Amino acid sequence: MSFPALEAQGVCKYFSADGSRPLLPLPWLGRQAKKVAAVEDISFRLPRGEILGILGPNGSGKSTLVRLVATLLLPDKGWIRVFGHDVVREAAAVKKMINRVSAEAAFFKRLSAVENLMYAARLYGMEGRTARRRIGEILERLGIAAEKAREPLEELSRGMQQKVAIARAFLTSPVLLLLDEPTTGLDPRSKREVQDFIRELRAVHDTTVLLTTHDMAEADSLCDRVAIMCDGRFVALDTPARLKASLEPTHVGASLEDVFLALTGKELQAEEEAA
Amino acid sequence: MIALPAKAVRMHARAAYAFVERNFNLVRRYWGWELVWLVYSIANALAITYIGAGMQHISGAVVDTNYLVLYLLVGSLVWGYLDIVFHSISETIAWERWEGTIEYTFMAPVSRLTHLVGQTLFSLVYGLLFTSVVFGVVALFFRLDIQGANLLGALAVGAAGSLSFIGFGIVAAVLPLLFPEKGSQMTHVVEAVLLLVSGVYYPVSVLPSWMQRVAAISPATYALEGIRLAILAQSTWGALFPYMLRLVVMGFVTIPLGVWVFGLAERYAKRTGRLKRSG
Repeated sequence: MSFPALEAQGVCKYFSADGSRPLLPLPWLGRQAKKVAAVEDISFRLPRGEILGILGPNGSGKSTLVRLVATLLLPDKGWIRVFGHDVVREAAAVKKMINRVSAEAAFFKRLSAVENLMYAARLYGMEGRTARRRIGEILERLGIAAEKAREPLEELSRGMQQKVAIARAFLTSPVLLLLDEPTTGLDPRSKREVQDFIRELRAVHDTTVLLTTHDMAEADSLCDRVAIMCDGRFVALDTPARLKASLEPTHVGASLEDVFLALTGKELQAEEEAA
Repeated sequence: MIALPAKAVRMHARAAYAFVERNFNLVRRYWGWELVWLVYSIANALAITYIGAGMQHISGAVVDTNYLVLYLLVGSLVWGYLDIVFHSISETIAWERWEGTIEYTFMAPVSRLTHLVGQTLFSLVYGLLFTSVVFGVVALFFRLDIQGANLLGALAVGAAGSLSFIGFGIVAAVLPLLFPEKGSQMTHVVEAVLLLVSGVYYPVSVLPSWMQRVAAISPATYALEGIRLAILAQSTWGALFPYMLRLVVMGFVTIPLGVWVFGLAERYAKRTGRLKRSG
């Protein structure tokens, strides 16, 4: 039986409103926190090999959804499955299949790219010699010189750090890659290189990608389908072409931004600047 | 008992080694801090041990200076070692929060037990190396007479003490997981209480009775008493056995308890979104 790479059904995630969280995690102590919905009733299927983009302003719930898939949060309602494995009950199996790249490159900044990548390789059970060889190959493919790869990451540019983050995801050969605003804050050239690498990952390794972004052009060019997320909900999910066509005949030649504005009534530009 | 396939054992061993290698790389990269900490620890051990050397001058009474010097030196070194073990394990989460890598580590296909085993291995090796260097330097300043001391017995009590401190460290590591902003400081409070009540520089018997009751549940109390018996009283293995037994039992209770509590805390953190918050 073939399972979709990712499937979610009725997923909800609530958080305590700021300042209303009890001091101790003991419900019988009395004061209950006020709940705010970060993700509300999300359902979708992502077939293997597809790139699904999620567009939405800051605070729309994109990163929360990615964290739920990445087993870093537990859903309050609904379920998520990765290749048929439930992210809560079968988290160990799911973790072997996924990797995540986020906007902030989560590294030990004093360690070099090679040291951080060796750490990642060993965490994923890779043998030392194989890991060293693959790290060399991947860094070379990404155009990171050997001497740069031995400098502390804090001394590398933001674009270079993000390339190393992509290399780390590539190293562990994930079948489902979670990209949480991977190009935010990158210069146009670095952005283009990261996008090319994502395309290569899909083409060479048949990797399925869930990509969150603020960037309409990125979503339009990279994604097979795009979901527009607002206030924790998907307000649309379709191919970029069909989403744009949905505004016709009133708006001929519409862009994804027009679709976004029509569906959410929110400006995305201001949110991008705040990011 | 379920036997793990050899491949799975190798994967766990590599993952555990990932933490050892990463931490030693961090030690190397933060070498300046390590040097500062080493100099501070040596100065601290010397300052405390010199109290013993100067006690005859301070009190005007005749005291066994060698005994007093060794008493304080054992306290300083054993506490230094146990504190490193406790600190390295209890700071497992705080460290990752500080570096911003906690989500990456928790997303990796590594069981929490493997994670804690790796962190524990590092803490034991690092603690031993660090304490050996401190001892090597401090020993140059004093003419230590340890003839007849049961050194192997002292090491065995120290090993048993490590076991129990690992469990305490794992339990304390839960605090930064539950309280992102203040959990790390809470672990320092635990360390301070253990230092106060465990008879590191004085016998527990001089403490108020309520503190002595707290001392009874501190593994450092038994580790220090056992090691002092082995070195200062030249006690036999038979005399040391009750101390080792108590420490091993404490370890066998606190390690599984710590791992279980840690699992509950991790689930709570994932339910409430506390993993991503930086402290």
